[in-house]
Amino acid sequence: MKISPAHIIRLYDRFEFLDKEGSGQLRLEDFAEVKELAMNPIGDRIIGAFFSPGQETVDFPSFVRILAHFRPTDKNRAKDSTQPEPVNSRTSKLKFAFQLYDQDRDGKISRAELLQVLREMLGMQVTEEQLESIADRAIQEADLDRDDAISFEEFRKSLEKVNIEHKMSIRFLR
Amino acid sequence: MENLRGGGVMEDLWDVAVVLFQVWISVVLGLIMLPAMFGLSLGVTGVYIQILVKILEWATVRIQRGRKEQPTLPLPLANGIIEREGGSMEEEMGELRCSRPQSPAGREFALCDVFYFYKKGIESIVDDQVTQRFSSEELASWNLLTRTNQNFHYISLRLTIIWGVGVFVRYCVLFPLRITLAIIGLTWLVIGTTLVGFLPDSSAKNWLSELVHLMCYRICARGLSATIHYHNKSNRPQKGGICVANHTTPIDVVILANDGCYAMVGQVHGGLMGIIQRSMLRSCPHVWFERSEMKDRHAVTSRLKAHVAAKNKLPILIFPEGTCINNTSVMMFKKGSFEIGGTIYPVAIKYDPRFGDAFWNSAKYNMVSYLLRMMTSWAIVVNVWYLPPMTLEQDGEDAAHFANRVKSAIAEQGGLLDLAWDGGLKRAKVKDALKEEQQKMYSSMIVGQNGNISPEPHSRATEKQ
Repeated sequence: MKISPAHIIRLYDRFEFLDKEGSGQLRLEDFAEVKELAMNPIGDRIIGAFFSPGQETVDFPSFVRILAHFRPTDKNRAKDSTQPEPVNSRTSKLKFAFQLYDQDRDGKISRAELLQVLREMLGMQVTEEQLESIADRAIQEADLDRDDAISFEEFRKSLEKVNIEHKMSIRFLR
Repeated sequence: MENLRGGGVMEDLWDVAVVLFQVWISVVLGLIMLPAMFGLSLGVTGVYIQILVKILEWATVRIQRGRKEQPTLPLPLANGIIEREGGSMEEEMGELRCSRPQSPAGREFALCDVFYFYKKGIESIVDDQVTQRFSSEELASWNLLTRTNQNFHYISLRLTIIWGVGVFVRYCVLFPLRITLAIIGLTWLVIGTTLVGFLPDSSAKNWLSELVHLMCYRICARGLSATIHYHNKSNRPQKGGICVANHTTPIDVVILANDGCYAMVGQVHGGLMGIIQRSMLRSCPHVWFERSEMKDRHAVTSRLKAHVAAKNKLPILIFPEGTCINNTSVMMFKKGSFEIGGTIYPVAIKYDPRFGDAFWNSAKYNMVSYLLRMMTSWAIVVNVWYLPPMTLEQDGEDAAHFANRVKSAIAEQGGLLDLAWDGGLKRAKVKDALKEEQQKMYSSMIVGQNGNISPEPHSRATEKQ
């Protein structure tokens, strides 16, 4: 489904709504105002995905560019290696999700990074030992070259069968 | 000499003005107020509404035709702009994982779990279900009021002319009429209730008090050009009961009180509101709280209990949402109202948004500008459904569950979305408890209810001492 100018207008309306100060840029506090996001366990992490390292504000083009990762995949796109990978292809979506885990952008999800995400998603509901045990098992399953970290390729392989195109896509109603 | 002549013209003008004023008042009194006081209708409003509907339908067709030529404009949507999966966390995570081989106990963490939270988060950034309830509903088609003009651009000359005529009619003809009626209505309320207050307590006093209240509310309803359709009048709230309804605007009170007498519950105000409250209190027992009393939940509940227990008092009117919502959904009902005991009479109120936006956005408009907006809309058309009375079930149902039951019944009848969100979120921050709930739900999927991780399916991990 293509993004139409009407959808961009919708997103701009939303951007303006979130921009409480009318400055043309979104700040961390503006995102934090979204009620449903405040109760999302990894809400802060998701907000962080909008801000490039060192940046404190998000303008509208950047806003749209990040959201574009969640555009439904164009299944009929011909595989053309000379074209750059579109931002909503399966690979791009996976890379984007990978970055959610890999905060230091070193290309690997280390044990510590995995533990961090797990702690956010589970909060105080589990003990430290349970957390370590879950992380152990996850790395064990995915880590094929036994370097105690999950690289992007290993990440991609372990999610081979998951319907990323559907589960990481947001469709406009009209 | 010239001064005298100038004076003469002025006097003539003054005489004409006086005559016009007298005609005006007699029209208002005779054709509108008197029938209203006795619950009769001359049918003028009905004809007006029918003409309006025809005009709006014509306008809709023109706008749709015009929209085809401007395809870049987004189509308005009332309930959100993106598709949302309706499933629970368990269902959606299950779908995410369906391709993975399940361990025998069925519980473990998967790298793809994070997608569920990621998608939910991004969805809420694009469009969240809560905030949109606190602003006015988007209309499917422009109803020729400037204020509802979102992204509707110039379509045709005829439409603009009709809009212009509409502005003139609403501001110069209807508005003065409505203001006059509203002032008369409120003045009569104060005078009438004060007069009745002088009588000794008796059934005659009660009957008179009800009459005065009804007449005044009917005049006020005319002051808003309100057309109210009551359904299932047999379920009307009885004495000694509690009437609960969904809350969209302070006008809800006028709408409900047009068909029955209620004991109002609320905070004591100063100024004009305070005068009205005090005089109402003289003729029949309403429940007004001081600001300090409102904080003490126990005191509030016991006062209301006492009122209900005296079975001959008028039914209490309560809005359990606690704040105004935009009439597309019903938000969480505060359980306090359901702990009082007695029979609950649920009422569903649904405004027709084509004729005017009844929602009071208290952040954007204060009471006076809100009322002015109401009086310059086309009309207020409301459907009121009286639902069969409900009581707390004896088998250990708690107040919160009862509140949800009533809320669902009202939402279903009124065609509104049933949301579990707290209307208090309009102003307050989201509590950490909500995030913890999400974490609890997720952890119960991974580690099970009693905190045990399911056993390893194959090779054992390194044992920890």
